[in-house]
Amino acid sequence: MRAPLHWLAEHVELPAELTGRELGEVLIRAGLEVETVDEVGADVTGPIVVGQILAFVAEPQANGKTIRWVQVDVGAEHNQPHEDYPQGCRSVVCGADNFAVGDLVVVALPGSVLAGGFAISARKTYGHLSDGMICAEDELGIGTDHSGIIVLPTELADGSVLAPGDDPAEYLLLRDDVLDIDVSPDIGYCLSIRGLARETAQNLGCAFTDVVDRATPAAKADGYPVVLADPACPLFVALSVSGIDPSQPTPRWLARRLVMAGMRSISLAVDITNYVMLETGQPLHAYDASLLQGPIVVRKAKPGETLVTLDDQKRTLDPDDLLITDDTGPIGLAGVMGGESTELRETSTDVLIEAANFDPTTISRTLRRHNLPSEASKRFHRGVDPNAAYSAAHLAARLLEELAGGTLWSAETVAGAVPQPPTQAIASDLPTRILGLEVPADRVAEILSASGCQVSRAGDQLSLVPPTWRPDLRDPYDYVEEVGRKVGLDKLPSVLPAAPAGRGLTREQRAHRAVGRAAVAAGFVEVLTFPFAAEEDLDRMAVSPEDPRRSLVRLANPLAGTAPYLRTSILPALFASVARNTSRGNDDLAIFETGSVFRAGSGQPAPLLAVTQRPSVEELAAIEAALPVQPRHFAAVLCGSWRRPGWAGAGEAAGWQQVFALVDALGAAVGVPVTRLAAAEAPWHPGRCAAVVVAGEVIGHAGELHPSVVVEFGLPERSAAVEIDLDRLVALAPHGGTIAPVSGHPVAKEDVAVVVPDAVSVGEVQRALAAGAGELLESISLFDLYTGGQVPDGHRSLAFALRFRAPDRTLTDAETAAARQRAVAAAAKLGAVLRDF
Amino acid sequence: MTGSTPKADLSQESIDALVAAALAGFAEATTTAELKQARLAHSGDRSPLALANRAIGTLPGTERKDAGQRIGTARAQVAAALAEREAAVGAAELAARLAGERIDVTLPVELVPEGAPHPITSLIELMSDVFTSMGWEIAEGPEAEGEWLNFDALNIGPDHPARGTTDTLFVEPLENHIVLRTHTSPVQARSMLTRDLPIYIVCPGKVYRADEFDATHVPVFHQIEGLCIDKGISLANLKGTLDHLAKAMFGQDIETRMRPHYFPFTEPSAEVDLKCFVCHGASVGNPEAPCRTCKSQGWIEWGGCGVVNPRVLIACGIDPEVYSGFAFGMGIERTLMFRNNAADMRDMVEGDVRFSRSLKGLAR
Repeated sequence: MRAPLHWLAEHVELPAELTGRELGEVLIRAGLEVETVDEVGADVTGPIVVGQILAFVAEPQANGKTIRWVQVDVGAEHNQPHEDYPQGCRSVVCGADNFAVGDLVVVALPGSVLAGGFAISARKTYGHLSDGMICAEDELGIGTDHSGIIVLPTELADGSVLAPGDDPAEYLLLRDDVLDIDVSPDIGYCLSIRGLARETAQNLGCAFTDVVDRATPAAKADGYPVVLADPACPLFVALSVSGIDPSQPTPRWLARRLVMAGMRSISLAVDITNYVMLETGQPLHAYDASLLQGPIVVRKAKPGETLVTLDDQKRTLDPDDLLITDDTGPIGLAGVMGGESTELRETSTDVLIEAANFDPTTISRTLRRHNLPSEASKRFHRGVDPNAAYSAAHLAARLLEELAGGTLWSAETVAGAVPQPPTQAIASDLPTRILGLEVPADRVAEILSASGCQVSRAGDQLSLVPPTWRPDLRDPYDYVEEVGRKVGLDKLPSVLPAAPAGRGLTREQRAHRAVGRAAVAAGFVEVLTFPFAAEEDLDRMAVSPEDPRRSLVRLANPLAGTAPYLRTSILPALFASVARNTSRGNDDLAIFETGSVFRAGSGQPAPLLAVTQRPSVEELAAIEAALPVQPRHFAAVLCGSWRRPGWAGAGEAAGWQQVFALVDALGAAVGVPVTRLAAAEAPWHPGRCAAVVVAGEVIGHAGELHPSVVVEFGLPERSAAVEIDLDRLVALAPHGGTIAPVSGHPVAKEDVAVVVPDAVSVGEVQRALAAGAGELLESISLFDLYTGGQVPDGHRSLAFALRFRAPDRTLTDAETAAARQRAVAAAAKLGAVLRDF
Repeated sequence: MTGSTPKADLSQESIDALVAAALAGFAEATTTAELKQARLAHSGDRSPLALANRAIGTLPGTERKDAGQRIGTARAQVAAALAEREAAVGAAELAARLAGERIDVTLPVELVPEGAPHPITSLIELMSDVFTSMGWEIAEGPEAEGEWLNFDALNIGPDHPARGTTDTLFVEPLENHIVLRTHTSPVQARSMLTRDLPIYIVCPGKVYRADEFDATHVPVFHQIEGLCIDKGISLANLKGTLDHLAKAMFGQDIETRMRPHYFPFTEPSAEVDLKCFVCHGASVGNPEAPCRTCKSQGWIEWGGCGVVNPRVLIACGIDPEVYSGFAFGMGIERTLMFRNNAADMRDMVEGDVRFSRSLKGLAR
């Protein structure tokens, strides 16, 4: 809503020197979102004066144009001496021809600046020295008309006259501060000069005059017949004005106010309905009465009905759409847009004014269904004061009489009635309790009265009836908010509430942090990507049809048609991130992301439950059961150099070793050992892929990426990746844990070298040795891996360092040797042969 | 052998000469190896002084005592000189080694490559910590959420425009009523439905809007919301909490403002503004010095807040006659923009490692 200050000032006694910006500050604190305060016309500066045409000569030019060489009287202060005119004048070249000698015009003298920073100076043109410019609307920034220059009236509406040298700014409404306010859905009444003036008056404590000054009479059907056939239209006022002169132009002040308020001037009758809507907040519709056939019936649409709206669009109607109809069928989408068949024509002389009230929800559904935001629907879907209809219709009728020469019929129709707002009782101390600021009951009553409520006190209770323009005042807390707005939220004390002792982060939350920190400490950089996915990404990763990652959740209205699914894997987005980074010269990458992935759930709908009570456990479980499966994943990709070649050495390529080490680090971060088993999973290299196993459960995979995948996604060669189910990692991690005593007894070291077939993994041998060695084993680690030489083909020699220690004694050589022997024996079952060379 | 031993010269002069030779020999030695040779030569078992010592026994009894004293004194003198010289040579050798082992301490080294958390993660942790330190807890919930929990339970009725497909992303088919949560408020609803009262929680997380993607809008972003339900909770408590959070995030000097607004979830509702960090309000009405950060408004919008609408409490099974509460929420990306001058939201989601590294792991 754009509100010019001078228009507001007609309804509220503004302090003399109040600027738009100052008023904006006041309204912002009162909860109105004043987005900007436009100083309209501030860029147009003088001297711009009224001039009177003394004489002109038409001079045809070689370019086909005819210019006028004009002598214009601009007042004693600005006139230059001229031999023909004793009072002097200015001589100006003008391209327009819509004026005559004696006409009053607007002259921009040298030194003035017009709209768009156009500076006026005396300049040579068409063989003359033009000493200023006679202005058209667009040059002053007050309109778009450039068909001719502005010709001022000889007598103004108030009987005064303009004279050469006068400042025309006030008459032209050249300058004003215009507040642009984004009106939130609850305060629809502020989509009007009336509502904003009321807020202004209440917040500044000054006098307000309500333009809605007629009580709505009881229903009567004297005028045009109207039938209300649906409760979504409780009130319909119809006034008939006949005999208007369709050729009458819109007066400058009216057109200027419309433009300042952000609307266009169309024709006088339409402008009048828009003007009254802006002023009162009541949308009006004007029908060409001669085109109406039979009574107006307000009803819901029938299946298959259509309507051609004012914008020339043929719309198929929904049975929920509320319509204005006559004998011919639909003639308007109620509260949203009129129909083409009965709209005002350039020749219309008889007008039927509709001022009706409609149910906000119905209008809201229709406007969204047809995607038809209009000035009317914008107001109706927020709620319009039903009591404004009657006054607004009469305001429009009076303007049609005054400006267009029409005649208002005395016979008028008022169908329906103004709905009675609901009474609400609140405890008078409720505002104090909820605001946390002492607001005495008297003050509460005073504020609410000033807001238009009927307030009656009975003991500790206030009985409240809101004004018709405040449908938002319904619940007790609505009144608390109204009191808060008017008291000023800046008056509230700042009191930190004391929460009970908390338990800190949950185990899962601590684990999530620990995992993120472990990845960062290991040298990985966290990135965030969009969790949307394309099916082709899975194809490119060679994910098989039966893989759970194919269990995609599709969006009904995806942001991009190319990624209509929710991700089941984080990897494709990380691949894209790698590609983006490498294209920007970030070649050595180790990136990770944690976040939800989504797999299709039961396919059952999630019920929409009642809101009047707590849902049952079963109802909530039904919602839960319908949702996609949404585990939190951890994924990482790395490529390039892990350690670049440098002064210290040859460097180290990034690859599967680091992702394996990362997986171990993540396990360590939550206190759980991770083992790896050879696996073949997309998108990994089949010979270089490990299943990540925790407590016997596969929670993800890691390894070098498949060369085809590397090519598909444009990744550097030998890129490696990991993706695990973080929820499972955390769930499988031990709770609590015990701290074993640290043994002070000496360690016994034993090395074991075995030759094993290639098919037997280091992990298997190590686990067998450890299991065989028993509880005296403190640690075991591989220290050598050797092939060739005396090792038979198809075999590897593995050397392990075993450390034995007892918690309570020094181990004897015999104990250690026996443990070693058991370890070797256990490994032998895998085909491991103790190396004897 | 003993018999062939020549008669030793154990005179004072002769002993003094041996001492002098020893001291000279030690002094000449400049390395541990040379000193070892000198030691063997002058104080070893075969050194003249050792031989002289052994020869004392060959002297007549009357001379032995004097000779013994002379040689004993001489040997002590030699041993002291040796120890002194050993210390000096050792120290010099160590000094030479240390000097030789000097490194260029400015050489580039690295333990592991430079890892970094995403600044959004850091900020979520920082904001969460502010609340857990006050006894609040962190609540989380699913991103694909039941429409009822995302809207109805929060007093956002079936006809609210935000529920349209132009604003909200829906899982297919629409009739299944599953949305990508448009705020973390469903976690508040879940908390009210499942937690014991009183409730003091914050819910950080990812949210989705069918929004455009530009420097100040991303369709997937992060929010942190807070919810407090207790007896006697007022808007003043909300103000106190927001003031505390603002100070923790932006420093003690930050000014906040609560401005009445409208949200279905809360009543009364407000938006919380921060005094512009850049111009501190000086740009208001001053076209000479416009401020891009606050668009010369003096304040910048941080988030929404209010008293929890009793209708929401009822839908979640809490008696509004006994309990009241407040809720607030703000964008993490927006907070990061204000707090750390991140200029373009797109950088936050494009995965460029330079953005993640820019805060060096600290939400400074």
